[in-house]
Amino acid sequence: MSAQYFPPNANAFAKWSIWGGVIFFTLLLTALVVHARTLNNKVGVPVEQPIGFQHSLHAGELGIDCRYCHTSVEVAASANVPPTETCMTCHSQIRVGTQQLAGVYESWETETPIQWNRVHDLADFVYFNHSAHINGGVGCAHCHGQIPQMAGIWKNAPLTMGWCLECHRNPEKFVRPREEVFNFAYEPPENQLALGRELVAEYHINTNKLPQCSTCHR
Amino acid sequence: MTRIKLELYPTSHNSEPTSQTAASDKTLKPKNARPSTLLASAPDFQTIPAASPQISSGSSQPTTTETPVSISEVRAKLANSSGREFWQSLEEVAQTPEFEAFIESEFPRQADPMHASVNRRDFLKILGGSLALAGLSACARPPLPYEKIVPYVRAPEEIIPGLPLFYATTLTLDGYGYGVLAESHQGRPTKIEGNPDHPASLGGTDAFAQASVLDLYDPDRSQTVLRNGGVASWNDFSSELTTKLSELTEGSRLRILTETSTSPTFEHNIKRLQETYPGVVWHQYSPVQSDNARRGARLAFDQDVVPFYDFDKADVVVSLDADFLGDGPAKLVYGRSYSNRRRLRYAEDTDNKSRVYAFESTPQTTSVTSDHRVPLRAGRMEGLARTIANRLGLEVQAGITPDEVPDEILTALVDDLRDYEGSSIIIAGETQPAAVHALVYALNYVLGNIGQTVHFHTPATSDVDQLESLKQLTDDINAGNVDALLIFGGNPAYSAPVDIDFANALASVPFSAHLNTYVDETSVRTTWHLPQTHELEVWGDAKAFDGTISIAQPLIAPFVEGKASLEVLAIALGEDTKTTLDIVQDYWKARIDGSFDSFWREALYKGFVPDSAHPRVAVNLQPNAIAGAPQPAPQGLELVFRSDPTIYDGRFNNNGWLQEVPKPFTKLTWDNAALISPRLAERFDLRSRDIVELQLGDLQLEVPVWVQPGQAEETVTVHLGYGREHTGHVGEGTGFNAYLLRSSDNMWLADNLEIRKTRRRANLVSTQMHQQIEEGRHIVRHGTVSEFKQHPEHPHFVHPVEHHESDLYDDYRYEGYAWAMLIDMNVCSGCNACVIACQAENNIPIVGKEQVGRGREMHWLRIDTYYSKDLDNPEIFQMPVSCMHCEKAPCEPVCPVGATVHDHEGLNVMVYNRCVGTRYCSNACPYKVRRFNWLQYAELDTTATSLAMQKNPNVTVRSRGVMEKCTYCTQRIAAARIQSNNENRRIVDGEIVTACQAACPSQAIEFGDLSDPESRVVNAKKSPLNYGVLTELNTYPRTTYLARVANPHPNLESLISHDDPHVQGSGHDEFEPQESEEQSTQPQAEPQEVGGH
Repeated sequence: MSAQYFPPNANAFAKWSIWGGVIFFTLLLTALVVHARTLNNKVGVPVEQPIGFQHSLHAGELGIDCRYCHTSVEVAASANVPPTETCMTCHSQIRVGTQQLAGVYESWETETPIQWNRVHDLADFVYFNHSAHINGGVGCAHCHGQIPQMAGIWKNAPLTMGWCLECHRNPEKFVRPREEVFNFAYEPPENQLALGRELVAEYHINTNKLPQCSTCHR
Repeated sequence: MTRIKLELYPTSHNSEPTSQTAASDKTLKPKNARPSTLLASAPDFQTIPAASPQISSGSSQPTTTETPVSISEVRAKLANSSGREFWQSLEEVAQTPEFEAFIESEFPRQADPMHASVNRRDFLKILGGSLALAGLSACARPPLPYEKIVPYVRAPEEIIPGLPLFYATTLTLDGYGYGVLAESHQGRPTKIEGNPDHPASLGGTDAFAQASVLDLYDPDRSQTVLRNGGVASWNDFSSELTTKLSELTEGSRLRILTETSTSPTFEHNIKRLQETYPGVVWHQYSPVQSDNARRGARLAFDQDVVPFYDFDKADVVVSLDADFLGDGPAKLVYGRSYSNRRRLRYAEDTDNKSRVYAFESTPQTTSVTSDHRVPLRAGRMEGLARTIANRLGLEVQAGITPDEVPDEILTALVDDLRDYEGSSIIIAGETQPAAVHALVYALNYVLGNIGQTVHFHTPATSDVDQLESLKQLTDDINAGNVDALLIFGGNPAYSAPVDIDFANALASVPFSAHLNTYVDETSVRTTWHLPQTHELEVWGDAKAFDGTISIAQPLIAPFVEGKASLEVLAIALGEDTKTTLDIVQDYWKARIDGSFDSFWREALYKGFVPDSAHPRVAVNLQPNAIAGAPQPAPQGLELVFRSDPTIYDGRFNNNGWLQEVPKPFTKLTWDNAALISPRLAERFDLRSRDIVELQLGDLQLEVPVWVQPGQAEETVTVHLGYGREHTGHVGEGTGFNAYLLRSSDNMWLADNLEIRKTRRRANLVSTQMHQQIEEGRHIVRHGTVSEFKQHPEHPHFVHPVEHHESDLYDDYRYEGYAWAMLIDMNVCSGCNACVIACQAENNIPIVGKEQVGRGREMHWLRIDTYYSKDLDNPEIFQMPVSCMHCEKAPCEPVCPVGATVHDHEGLNVMVYNRCVGTRYCSNACPYKVRRFNWLQYAELDTTATSLAMQKNPNVTVRSRGVMEKCTYCTQRIAAARIQSNNENRRIVDGEIVTACQAACPSQAIEFGDLSDPESRVVNAKKSPLNYGVLTELNTYPRTTYLARVANPHPNLESLISHDDPHVQGSGHDEFEPQESEEQSTQPQAEPQEVGGH
């Protein structure tokens, strides 16, 4: 039997491979988590849409209220993406036949819905409700950012559970008076904490219930 | 659902050997039997006994290993004092090894497949292989496309995306209409609720109505017109029909066959057809509808009337094989009024409680709530009615012997009837012959009940002797007198009595068409098959049991190229272009004085036409009503036919929800069986699952038997609707066809049945032993009225267990709302409506027979049946059990990942996205209410089949590997919470109605806020009968029960009295319940203190 042996440095090699493996996998895991949680959540990346609708023009320059299109935002879970008919209330008169609006007219004439790409896509086991937030004094801008200045639409906040919980744990830091909810120019006052506590009481926001699983998961 | 599952796991059936195979492997191949070190941690497989080879021989494929249950041994055990007070199955009393296995192991049998097929070496190979392959999943994953948002082009005015709409419409069962509210999510009907204003619903529903949404989306529905089995079109059909009609030499050569119909529009259009083609004959046949009550009324009163019983006013009820809570078009109404008089909260109310004597051949939902139950063969009900009449002084010969019905019961019953003249009800089962009904009407008449508790009104259906009608049609076809036959719905080729050979006759009709939602036994014998629309897809109208007219409106456009009966009739009338809306409106326009528009709107809004019920009519007993000789004494064994409690006459055969829901009492799923009494089982040496040959004259059928405690000794009961040859993927291969024993002379019961035992066994799956709570724990508590009166504050039968405080679990602060439930055992009949309602509301998947056999059924709400005392005539209890939402829940501390946690409103929350499937929680749960997704039961691909459209969008569809359980309908709580917050108010009592609560026709379930001292649930829980199950474990369950209090006749107290050895024999007769226990179940004035122990 021929001699079969490992050189003395094989021990060191084995030792270092073990430690190297541990380090490698730890780094890999960290990298994956970082990637999934921060780099890959598409914050600030505009999403291409079938029609070049500009919020900056409609909500910004023209100053149309959010609720003109997003009709159910105060009463239902969904804010409602408007039907083509809503576009046509104005565009049957204004800029008729222009190239930018070709998709709208095509939808209207062929009775085919416009297929928008979803920008704020929560996991299916999360049941977000717009009306609860609007009536609880959470401003549109808090999640959606400065919509009146955005030409395209992108995610303004990561919308991860940790991010949601920042507010669900301490709503007084963020709530504003209901009449300011749709105001994108609203700046939180100096005494936000004091005001916030008052509003939390006034709006019957149950701070115990808020951070609990069953608030959003069913 | 089954189909989907099979596609996903095409080899699962073969690769996962049944426990039978597993066990045999163990005996035959010792090598495999040696538990490897890796697998030794699986505790279960060792407890499954090896099957005796004798059992497994035969053509059927038993998967359940079992040890024979000796009935005499069971009887002996029950007789001596060591027997337990309550038992759920014979196996439990006999303590068979497989019962022990069910008790011992939390998840019986799942270790078997692995044990049987994989040894350690293979296991390691597979382990290594899967680890290596796991990397592959990282290789290619297409970038996720954006989810689409597809708004309307023109938004319908009333739809707000995300908020459901409810439409009042009508569903029918066997022709009779029930008002319902259909929940629609942006055009998708997902759930059925009862219409509280409709006289046939009063807010309740039955399991069939709940399951109808599944039928709507069934991918197995007939999709297209077929001509001789080949694809054709509606145009082909209408042109051929028109030609055929023009060639008609005389009208009588065209025949129409329908099920029972109450639709005024349909009837009117048939009349119009008869005017166009004079002589057209309209035949009707429904296999499980009986007009015996109606014919009995004709005998007794010489009037065409049907009875209606007002149980609200009845102090004494005598039922002669009547299942008025489980069967018949008025069952929901009866459920409500009957339970109004059965409900009991305080000792002062005991006078309100009616007394019920039930004589029946086979246990049925009605009997569960009775005070005195006597098994008696169905053929002897006539004799019993005669004896009662005789004792009441009528000139009728007595017909029953004291062997059959104990004299003391009869005496007490007659005393009661005398004492409560004018406020009693004697009711005969629909399946009893007309003569029995006539006799019973006469009794009610003599007792002065008519006009008080028993009313008569004109029937909602037309007066047709259906059996005669079908016979006439068959004879005419055989005589060559029929050129064309249009069949609307039903499946007569399958369901006709055997002596009326309709199936063969049908094949000889030159032109025949069958309109139905499925391609079935009738469709394959007709020249044309026409796909029928579902009731939720078209307009229509129907009458309720009392004649109340209701309009059915569509919730969704037809899925298939189907047409409704009204449209096919319109084709025959040459009005092809008319829609169902036109047809229904045309009919009513001609009949409405004043504004049609307001009539129409009101009818649609309310769901029915107000004040359209048939008026009550006065009746006069005919002098010769109860003449006639008594029936001859029945001979031999008796065979009783019943519609199936879950699939009815076979029409719900392809409905997975109804197939899988355990049938009352037997808890069988996916099959029917011949029910036999324990004594009969002893006589023929039979065990449950033995296959026997039933012989009735020339007719023979091989069926498996099921030993049913409480069955009348000489009665064998079979349920109709199974054994279909042509059905969908779900119903294929289920059960046996009991119609093959049914002839027109013996539609409901037959004498001289012979039984021969074969050596084969069938694979029947019953959930009776699943999720068993440890015995001897006072799960069911019950007493009698007199016991209650003795201790009105703390009845001893409610608090048999001493309570010791412990601080094993952390205290939890409850603030704000505190949700709680109460289930009243006095009125629950175990009808299964709540189980299906829960399934529809909470996206609960079905798992198939093989998986149910492994104890993996997913129902969040189960109904446990408990028997007590005597094997031959036990007391029977039905107990709905779902998650109790313990204030100190044992499941919570054991979860390593915090997937099951408590919330401030007392909900025990299940967080699916955290769950990793350790199943520790289920192990810790003393109530056995948690369900685990062993396989991917739910369809995750929303585009795969139309079934995804039924899903409730507010409830997560669970994936494989997560635990789930009752949530108290947390989605409904969340909706109410958000709504009330938006409106700056508290949730008001009654705003949240759970799915089970809404469905219950008996209103057995209360749900509400414990912190609201005015709420109904708080008031109900103040009752001294309120008890929590296993509260001695300090779980503080939020769901509690009201103990059942029987109201026996004072002279019969000994028959039923509460001689629980655990209570009285053990020396502590009565416990003053500890303050702390009260605290958990009694609401406090200050919400902060609720449950603050």
